[in-house]
Amino acid sequence: MKNIRNFCIIAHIDHGKSTLADRLLQTTGTITDRQLQEQTLDDMDLERERGITIKSHAIQMVHKHEGETYVLNLIDTPGHVDFSYEVSRSIAACEGALLIVDATQGIQAQTISNLYLALEHDLEIIPILNKMDLASAMPEEVTDQIVDLIGCEPEDVIAASGKSGLGVDNILKAIINRVPAPKGDPEAPLQALIFDSVFNQFRGIVAYFRIMNGSIKKGDQVKFVNTGKEYGADEVGVLGLDYIPQKQVFAGNVGYIISGIKKAKEVKVGDTITNVINPCDKAIQGFENVKPMVFAGIYPVDTDEYEELREAMEKLQLNDASLTFEPESSAALGFGFRCGFLGMLHMEIIQERLEREHNMTVITTVPNVSYIAYTKKEEQIIVNNPSDLPEITKMDRVEEPFIAAQIITKSEFIGAIMTLCIEKRGVLKNQVYLTSDRVELQFEMPLAEIVFDFYDRLKTVSKGYASFDYQPIGYQASNLSKLDILLNGDQVDALSSLIHRDNSYHFGKKICEKLKELIPRQQFDIAIQAAIGAKIIARETVKALRKDVTAKCYGGDISRKRKLLEKQKKGKKRMRQVGNVEVPQSAFMAVLKLND
Amino acid sequence: MAGIYIHIPFCSKACHYCDFHFSTLLKNKIAVVNSIAQELIIQKEYLGLSKVSTIYFGGGTPSLLSTLELEKILKTIRQNFVLEKEVEITLEANPDDLTLEKVQELKATGINRLSIGIQSFHQNHLDFFNRSHTEKQTFLAIENAKSVGINNLSIDLIYGFKDLTEEQLQFNLKQISSYQIPHVSAYALTVEPKTALSSFIKKGKVDPPSEELAKTQFLTIIDYLQKEGLTHYEISNFGKPNFFSKHNTSYWKSEPYLGVGPSAHSFNGKNRQWNIANNVQYLKLIHDEKPMFQKEELTEKDKLNELIMIGLRTIWGIDKKKLSKFSSGLQKQFLNELKKYLSQQKITETETSYVLQKKYWFLADGIASSLFQV
Ligand SMILES: Nc1nc2c(ncn2[C@@H]2O[C@H](COP(=O)(O)OP(=O)(O)OP(=O)(O)O)[C@@H](O)[C@H]2O)c(=O)[nH]1
Ligand code: SF4
Ligand SMILES: [Mg+2]
Repeated sequence: MKNIRNFCIIAHIDHGKSTLADRLLQTTGTITDRQLQEQTLDDMDLERERGITIKSHAIQMVHKHEGETYVLNLIDTPGHVDFSYEVSRSIAACEGALLIVDATQGIQAQTISNLYLALEHDLEIIPILNKMDLASAMPEEVTDQIVDLIGCEPEDVIAASGKSGLGVDNILKAIINRVPAPKGDPEAPLQALIFDSVFNQFRGIVAYFRIMNGSIKKGDQVKFVNTGKEYGADEVGVLGLDYIPQKQVFAGNVGYIISGIKKAKEVKVGDTITNVINPCDKAIQGFENVKPMVFAGIYPVDTDEYEELREAMEKLQLNDASLTFEPESSAALGFGFRCGFLGMLHMEIIQERLEREHNMTVITTVPNVSYIAYTKKEEQIIVNNPSDLPEITKMDRVEEPFIAAQIITKSEFIGAIMTLCIEKRGVLKNQVYLTSDRVELQFEMPLAEIVFDFYDRLKTVSKGYASFDYQPIGYQASNLSKLDILLNGDQVDALSSLIHRDNSYHFGKKICEKLKELIPRQQFDIAIQAAIGAKIIARETVKALRKDVTAKCYGGDISRKRKLLEKQKKGKKRMRQVGNVEVPQSAFMAVLKLND
Repeated sequence: MAGIYIHIPFCSKACHYCDFHFSTLLKNKIAVVNSIAQELIIQKEYLGLSKVSTIYFGGGTPSLLSTLELEKILKTIRQNFVLEKEVEITLEANPDDLTLEKVQELKATGINRLSIGIQSFHQNHLDFFNRSHTEKQTFLAIENAKSVGINNLSIDLIYGFKDLTEEQLQFNLKQISSYQIPHVSAYALTVEPKTALSSFIKKGKVDPPSEELAKTQFLTIIDYLQKEGLTHYEISNFGKPNFFSKHNTSYWKSEPYLGVGPSAHSFNGKNRQWNIANNVQYLKLIHDEKPMFQKEELTEKDKLNELIMIGLRTIWGIDKKKLSKFSSGLQKQFLNELKKYLSQQKITETETSYVLQKKYWFLADGIASSLFQV
């Protein structure tokens, strides 16, 4: 055990975690040059295409140092705020963390929040100044920032480059010398922490664990403490680029178990694995269930595919414990699920994964955060869906979730960012100069306000020089209203949204305008209205088609034209009928694209 | 009853709105004519036992062919196909080609119907379209044709563009009555992708045509021509009794036709095939005795959809007898979708067919599509 090191790589988004991981894998010979790709660990298609890490990835390296052989378990983590939950899971399985800071960018919002997560778990922090190959690197300035932030010595900061390989040897040395070996009693009853689970097409459900005490053998009867379920350990092993089966995995190490687990829900990340015959007396502390931040309905485009969608969601959940879903139904869209997501990127990714990995075409409805409504009788109602909101006459008040937001930026953008945050109902709580021209602004804001277009707006007003992070801080009173959309007088339930009263006029107008763009002209005029209760607050009209025929239809035009019209018909089949109006799927997502 | 269509893929100038297959390089003209003659021989069995009752030279600009070239093609047809006694032989012609001498020669070859690409009798429109002829030539062309006794004339007109004023439209229509033109094809200007017009519109140099204007002018034209005794028998076609285009009507009644020349289409009741739309490759394929076409077998649904699509564009409507040949399942589904339109009286049922009411002809594609079986 003294030769095991468990560490994760944490940083702000895009600071080069996955690229540096490539260099470590290469230098330790864990992967051959032939297996190496850019950001090898980002193995999901989506990750590769978007160039971001979505899931944590664990991999074991074996490295010789001063005559000793070490087992280094590396966990690469995502940088995007939506996935900070993944980071916290990985941290719990490690004793050390490489804190990577892009030398051209300096400390950013997630650098700080991820550092604090690691410190909470008493991890040894190895600060790394990355991207030193770039001419725009600012080593002195950024080293100062790091020293200031974690209170280390300037010599502790390792200059590195994931591109050129600079500093990789120093990093490996530091991991071995500075990260403490895991503690734990190999003879004690098995106590292993599940920190991740994936669904493998061929192997079924695979749970990843970190053994705190004891050991796990192939063929053992094991128990998941929280769910109470028991399984036979069909296969245990360690995580190379592929699974490497072992007879036994010991305390301090990271490994996987395949045990005929049937349902996604049976594996709860954060659960403890123990031995049935010789159980540990208590579960490992620590994991709260992830709380979704954003809710939206997901419906199959083809209403017959509800059951398939359920299966697909269950499979996704296996890979992604942060996804929640519950059945719901809509007059416009039929049967579907109300899903909870970590944020908008997460929502987008789930939708894409449903389409790619499970071949499900889905409609996603207007997202909202989770509100709490109180009736006059003081009943508390959780509102995850606009239709859950009690009638005005019965309602006493509504509360909405707030967040503490940290924004780090250059001082020249303070004004513009303040204006944006105030527009988003934010209240400035603190303003700290990190250096003479870098400042951290702290706001309290309603979560709902950052869900939609906050990131993009922040990027625009700061010309890209602002980073942003947030944590939920509980509920506060809100002046909420339910905005309905009517098409030729028929209310479209799937287009209703919950919105702060101050924003409702502006929002209602924009959504009507957007729908006007998205709903194709039909053989009659279509009135699009936005309403709060009985009051119409905005209106647009889609004018009837005047001409829908091509002039020529001679010999050669016939088949071409037939195919065109067939395609149209197929497209229409996928539309939803609301009263007499045909509504394309894109319209249900209209709100997401209000600024396009 | 069968037709032969000959595509002549040459024009002297490219009209801004046109997406037909043609080339303005005339150097391959003779070679293409020779290959067309060869293709006619290769395809002589295509029409089976059907006798040929219509021959149609389309394009492109077939009036660019010399008399010798036309004769060569006609002769090959006569030698390889069985013709009806009376054959409608149409040639599409541009006004600038129709000199007195030319029309005399055309008449001598046996061509008995001219479809003249007038488009408008106003120079500013001809310039806007980049037509090869002048305003003056439009009148001359008609006069020359009539003077040699070709009275079976059709003219093309374009409407639905901003520069066409109400008076100008009236003037254009007036010419039809004063010259007693028995057949008119009137087309709303449409913007086809990859044409000069579409790029002008994209760049904002030209406004996109207004549907509202197209519809108003369409109604004006219908009204005028009906009073002149021309029946509006297909969305874009108007004819005096006995002067409907026999050739084009055969397309709309699903009669078989053989198309020869680059990009030409053929149909024999079961499949559709289309020749390669490239002059040089066409020449090479014919020369190498390789197939110059691609082919598509029509499924039941395809055939039904075609019947619906074409039927709604004509006064003959969707023929019940033809409908009855489809499987009862398909018929049922179709009738089910049709109900809505019958009850709205957009489509009316006659003894023999289902006919789209004239006022809705301008929406025929959308309605057809909604009745399709896919
Ligand atoms: N020049 C240079 N570019 C680098 C270096 N490291 C990473 N990059 C580039 O920076 C971008 C982000 O790198 P990643 O390794 O995907 O960053 P990441 O931190 O894993 O990103 P997330 O997982 O999405 O948070 C990529 O375009 C890399 O090619 C470096 O040392 N030098
Ligand atoms: S003459 Fe006819 S085929 Fe030639 S470019 Fe003009 S419209 Fe097109
Ligand atoms: Mg990454």
